[in-house]
Amino acid sequence: MYAQMVKSTGTGVKSLDEMEPEERAFQEKVDADIRIEARDWMPEGYRKTLIRQIGQHAHSEIVGQLPEGNWITRAPTLERKMILLAKVQDEAGHGLYLYSAAETLGVTRDEMTEMLLSGKMKYSSIFNYPTLTWADIGAVGWLVDGAAIMNQVPLQRTSYGPYSRAMIRICKEESFHQRQGYDIMMKMAKGSEAQKRMAQDALNRFWYPSLMMFGPSDANSVHSEQSMAWKIKINSNDELRRKFVDQTVPQAEYLGLTVPDDTLAWNEEKGGYDFAEPDWDEFFDVLKGAGPANHDRLEARKTAWDDGAWVRDGLTAHAEKKRTAKVAAE
Amino acid sequence: MSKEWPLYEIFIRGQHGLSHRHVGSLHAPDAETAIKNARDVYTRRNEGVSIWVVEAAAITATAPGDKGPIFEPSESKIYRHPTFYDIPDEIGHM
Amino acid sequence: MADALFESLLRLGDNALILGHRVSEWCGHAPVLEEDIALANTALDLLGQTNLWLEYAGEVEGKGRSADDLAFLRDAWDFRNVLLVELPNGDFGQTILRQYLYDQFNLMNLEALKGSTDTRVSEIAEKAAKEAAYHVERSRGTVVGLGDGTEESHRRMQDALNILYPYALELFITDEVDAEMAKAGIIPDPKSLEDTYLAAVGATISEATLELPQAHFGHRGSGRDGRMHTEHLGHILTQMQWLQRAYPGQSW
Repeated sequence: MYAQMVKSTGTGVKSLDEMEPEERAFQEKVDADIRIEARDWMPEGYRKTLIRQIGQHAHSEIVGQLPEGNWITRAPTLERKMILLAKVQDEAGHGLYLYSAAETLGVTRDEMTEMLLSGKMKYSSIFNYPTLTWADIGAVGWLVDGAAIMNQVPLQRTSYGPYSRAMIRICKEESFHQRQGYDIMMKMAKGSEAQKRMAQDALNRFWYPSLMMFGPSDANSVHSEQSMAWKIKINSNDELRRKFVDQTVPQAEYLGLTVPDDTLAWNEEKGGYDFAEPDWDEFFDVLKGAGPANHDRLEARKTAWDDGAWVRDGLTAHAEKKRTAKVAAE
Repeated sequence: MSKEWPLYEIFIRGQHGLSHRHVGSLHAPDAETAIKNARDVYTRRNEGVSIWVVEAAAITATAPGDKGPIFEPSESKIYRHPTFYDIPDEIGHM
Repeated sequence: MADALFESLLRLGDNALILGHRVSEWCGHAPVLEEDIALANTALDLLGQTNLWLEYAGEVEGKGRSADDLAFLRDAWDFRNVLLVELPNGDFGQTILRQYLYDQFNLMNLEALKGSTDTRVSEIAEKAAKEAAYHVERSRGTVVGLGDGTEESHRRMQDALNILYPYALELFITDEVDAEMAKAGIIPDPKSLEDTYLAAVGATISEATLELPQAHFGHRGSGRDGRMHTEHLGHILTQMQWLQRAYPGQSW
């Protein structure tokens, strides 16, 4: 997901009886679906885990601008260009909403940015894959946004108020993202031979990386258990991955495309598909920085940040001059 | 690291006749730019007719610990609500 | 008459198209998130304006060409944009100053076009002028802020101005097409906007504590008549038109 493998700092889930009164009151509110707000008491672990999770989610939106931004200047029609630009702009907006939510927890956006650039904080593995053809832009919208929505819709009910409100706004705005991707895929899949090949190739390359977005199985993870008790994680990784596959396979069939998995088969008994796991070694390699685009992505963000310093400083200096002049005039 | 732009809280009037509502926050070097940024960030989908911005640091808020003393006393003042009074049906709507 | 109108609509549409393309290159790379989002809004407005101008141009031409055909299937010598908008982005200062120099003209031009005798032109101008008014407010504010900011931002803005100002003057190099349009009351002669433009730019530059360089546009022939372009335009087109050229006649 956009936040993968977020380590919870909790030391295993405590029962209500084991908790001090403050923590107990906090947990009872969470259990009763009452939102926690910035100034409310919260366990330090909850705060730290949320900063990591929301920060990683925000970084993913920002880095996620790059693979799609890669095609804005090459989009094939004026309308496609505008749609793609509006969509990538939305990602910037979503990053902004999420940074704002994290900022309520006592960390600044600049601090989070520095942590991203120094490699201390991560972003989703998916954005380390390149977009090679126009069909990849379709596949990213269809599969990557599709996978993201799986996770984001339940997160609207997360226990932390600012995070929940950011997710509500994001989900509302994202509703067109997946559709525009599928719309591109439909055009390609029903187009010329070359366009069909391009569409199939995009599905081949993005299928497993999309499945990786949900993270490895966390059925027995202590971190997940704690995050779920805190309601900052709503579903298990496997649950969401299954849901994604069940939803996506018929969409691929409609396009006349083949999911690159020989083992894929409908399982009547469980009412869902059996499917192959992605290559988790590849996933860990990509997380560690060995993905095809890791270096480019971080370099692009570093350049934007470093080259932008004089602009940020210049406008700060001007604002200070105006303030001083105003005070002097009064 | 250079100095970060201050954080502004953004309030938007969605339609004529409604009050401004908090929609989120953003950074800007000054209040005038914060308004422009709010226009670009928070009204991309035609969401507003008026924008207020206020530096986050300028907001004074109730402390969560005061919740009891501040808000609970009003719970007992049931006579402030119209349903407290029994008016005979034959009087009609009041 | 139709030929001159077609030419003029290309001038309007191509300026918006090429500048929109340049601004969209910033997406994901701006100095701060708020600016990234604002630049994308500007680019979106410009691409929207492109669509309106080129669509009408295609209709006036009467050869069945759509806005997309005009954008994606003409080569460099058929483009009618000024050189200013095709220059590379440079640093952020250069981008925002170019934006201001164009926005200031675009707004004045659109305001005048609202009174066009051609109703289609006046309708497009009506919509686009609102967008341009905001663009000027934003780019002007940023130019002033950076000009009157730190020593470094001041120096960078002055450098940008020295490079770009001569190109702004091309906006007022006119020909018989402009004369014909002005006479018919369809599009004002750019010359008629020159004095107010120079005054507005001068005021902004002095508020930004910058100095206008002694400059004039030295080329004979301009992007407006297609006799001159920079080498950069060809590279923009190789990117922009790549898919349409590599896979001709497909639906996207």
